[in-house]
Amino acid sequence: MNTPVEQFREDATRVAADEQHRRLIQGALGKYYVARDRQVGRFQDWQSARQAAAETKWEAVNHLDQHLVSFAEKLEARGGKVFWANNSAEARDYILKICREKKARCIVKSKAMTAEEIHLNAALEKDGYEVVESDLGEYIVQLRKEAPYHFVFPAMHLSRGDIRELFDREIGNVKSDNPEDLTMVARRVLRKKYCEADIGISGANFAIAETGMISITENEGNARLTTSLPRVHIAVMGIEKVLPRLEDLALFLPMLGTAGAGQAITCYNSMIGGPRQPGECDGPEEFHVVLLDNHRTRLLADPEQRDALHCIRCGACLNVCPIFKNIGGHSYGTTYQGPIGSVITPHFRGLQDWKHLSNASSLCGACTSACPVKIDIHHHLLHNRRNAATQKPRWWEKLAYKIAAGVLNWPEFYAFATAVGRVMQKFHPLVKGSVLDPARAWTKTRELPQVAPQSFRDYWRARERKP
Amino acid sequence: MSAKNEILGRIREALREPAPVPGHHGDHGKAQLHASAEFSQWLPAVGEDLASQLDLFAKNSADLKTEFHLLASREEFAPRLRELAQQNNWKRVATHSGALTDMAVPAIGLPTLKTDAGYEVNAMEQCDAGITECDALVAQTGSILITSRSAGGRALSVLPPHHVVLVTRAQMVPDLAAAYVVVREKHGDKFPSFISFITGPSRTGDIERILVLGAHGPKRLTVFCC
Amino acid sequence: MKITLFIPCFVNTCFPQAGISMVQIFERLGHTVDYREQVVCCGQPAFNSGYWDEARLVDERTLGLLADTDAVVSASGSCGAMLKVFYPQLFDGRPQADAARALAAKCFEFSDFLVTKLGVTDLGARFPGKVTFHDGCHGLRELGVKSQPRKLLEKVRDLELVEMKEAESCCGFGGTFAAKFPMISTAMGEVKCASALETGADFIVSNDSSCLMQIAGLLDRQGRKVRTLHIAEVLASR
Repeated sequence: MNTPVEQFREDATRVAADEQHRRLIQGALGKYYVARDRQVGRFQDWQSARQAAAETKWEAVNHLDQHLVSFAEKLEARGGKVFWANNSAEARDYILKICREKKARCIVKSKAMTAEEIHLNAALEKDGYEVVESDLGEYIVQLRKEAPYHFVFPAMHLSRGDIRELFDREIGNVKSDNPEDLTMVARRVLRKKYCEADIGISGANFAIAETGMISITENEGNARLTTSLPRVHIAVMGIEKVLPRLEDLALFLPMLGTAGAGQAITCYNSMIGGPRQPGECDGPEEFHVVLLDNHRTRLLADPEQRDALHCIRCGACLNVCPIFKNIGGHSYGTTYQGPIGSVITPHFRGLQDWKHLSNASSLCGACTSACPVKIDIHHHLLHNRRNAATQKPRWWEKLAYKIAAGVLNWPEFYAFATAVGRVMQKFHPLVKGSVLDPARAWTKTRELPQVAPQSFRDYWRARERKP
Repeated sequence: MSAKNEILGRIREALREPAPVPGHHGDHGKAQLHASAEFSQWLPAVGEDLASQLDLFAKNSADLKTEFHLLASREEFAPRLRELAQQNNWKRVATHSGALTDMAVPAIGLPTLKTDAGYEVNAMEQCDAGITECDALVAQTGSILITSRSAGGRALSVLPPHHVVLVTRAQMVPDLAAAYVVVREKHGDKFPSFISFITGPSRTGDIERILVLGAHGPKRLTVFCC
Repeated sequence: MKITLFIPCFVNTCFPQAGISMVQIFERLGHTVDYREQVVCCGQPAFNSGYWDEARLVDERTLGLLADTDAVVSASGSCGAMLKVFYPQLFDGRPQADAARALAAKCFEFSDFLVTKLGVTDLGARFPGKVTFHDGCHGLRELGVKSQPRKLLEKVRDLELVEMKEAESCCGFGGTFAAKFPMISTAMGEVKCASALETGADFIVSNDSSCLMQIAGLLDRQGRKVRTLHIAEVLASR
């Protein structure tokens, strides 16, 4: 069994060299960039909107206890049930208990990354329930028995041909690879499931402290059907999802749509504040909200990186990340891929096991610029590197930097080393690219620069000697 | 100790040390909750008068593939609805009681499922269209605000393949913040259990980021506004 | 004005022409140029790897050597960002915190210094050729350098500036990252090179020689004829 870092190196190296993958992702994201730029351009002041959104989430996260208490009280007053889960196991057990009590057979799910995080499907299936993902992308990856590739675009790595083949094999008689035809195939299959399902499980994009509502953002209508038709609705959400006031959504919904998918606002933004109320003609009889900690409080306890809990899971940082685009979502091996995943996963699952994700970054900062709530993403990668090295330094790396410091702080020796390098590089072709090449990591794919005949220091000395 | 108290305890312990406010580069600036009235200066611009808001809504509708029709008077609801029914060969429709629906839907002369006192899901699934009223139109985003009370429940506007909205010009609001004001004015703090902004017909881009309409919800969305 | 050059280690050894061009440009503008050969490195490799104590071994010295300067101008956006943005973090809460903030305040990336601080865009340069500009990420996002190099290049006679697709996308160098994850770094570089080649430019110009080292390393291996140049080299051409 590979360790996370070994698995990462293996997968990332393979996908990075896969030119078909590169083309597919560039094609998909090319469309996203055009749409996003158009929407951002329609804002009168995108930067001020980002700052206001960041400050609103700061307020929410830095008074999280008050907001959660208010959210739970308001929702309970309207007949909703709130379950506080310390960890994955508690959340799973609670949901399984409801399924048993309701004698559920079929469970329909709309997209919920928290459900991925707690491995809910596996637990439900193990107990014999039929679980159907209703978001098209999630449905596709469920049929393929793989994890979502991207937490907003789960099937972005697949071509229409891949999906046609999959549907033909799993559903039967699918000949067209036209995206519209393929979507209609899924529509037909899933329609039946909505009408049959006893329980609907969803995530939540926001929780409104003031009114005790959850807000769900989607495009397909699958979440609306999931939360309208079954007798029981269970929403699983992280504790950090709160916003103080209902009106905050007037800012956050357009920002989420713009940053996430290049839409002014996504197709359906639904606020659910309880089960069916007196006088209402439909909606579930029971509404449960599972509030999941699962180490979020560990991240909360780090003030330097606390803003990582401001994340609204729009996926913008993945979409602009050159690492993500080249290694793909599955290489991360995490529930949350991309830059934000690299920041938070070490807090959730252990720094030493997951620090490699923070190292696998050129620190270009595209993520931070794209983030609609101004999370300092790429600097947090640096913080994770520092924390990992402080907690458990690698002796050889520490020694190497100590020696380097010694050389750099002794300019005469440094100049001498440069001169040696100038001579040594004449012999470099003899070993270049072989196992004896000290620069092999570089020279395997790239040419090394040459040490100049005259360094800048030499130039300066010569110049100063002149009258 | 309950999980609730454990979690709240950990949160309170964690928050003892303050965190810097974003955008202030380390020095502890102050975060403030901005009033929703402020949002309009940052979000996409909206004109102040009704005519420009109707224009903007129409323009957004075109982008979103919402079929938006401005009618001269409410007398036009019935004939336009009948025309739509005939063109699309509807066999049965679903609706709810309301001032506008009651006036227009019977004129179609088709078997009609009404949701007001409950309904069979499979019966609704068989309907060709769901005809509803709404709470507001939002000019800025081209959205239709519905609630479980104004639009015949949660499913009527999403389960049938064609959603038709009957609305009056007076229901136009400039932006989402104003739409929330409408909800509050109507319901105080007794909110309906379901509030939703519908922005165009159902869509997906999950296959190669190519837009397809009618992923799970309606393939078509028609708005008749008088 | 007395301008102190910050010439990073790799510019000193491999790309001295970038520094020499900076000297020429500032002197033509009538400024006094100062260089301290004791200042060798910004300490970024250790810092970026998480070994902040080891970074401070170098950076305390650099901080001291640059204390009595008027303005420090870096030949690299990345090293400039280290001095300007990261030194204050590295020394936060330490005795050198004030010195780090003082240095940050007077430290500039080269093109930014010309345009923002000296207020010049036309340096009287002539450079015949089609040029595409690559934004080094640290200069772009840590220091906000985007329009400055373009303003300078637009004033160069006979120079045709063409923008590449996704000019702001990283070249994949990333310091020690290039050696720790060579295949990811290479894939990123290939994408960057493809965008640059697509423009049909004869020269890829940047304000960061470290990015150019990556780009040239890949292009040379591919046997391409496109040349890479530091922006100072273009601006010093007559």
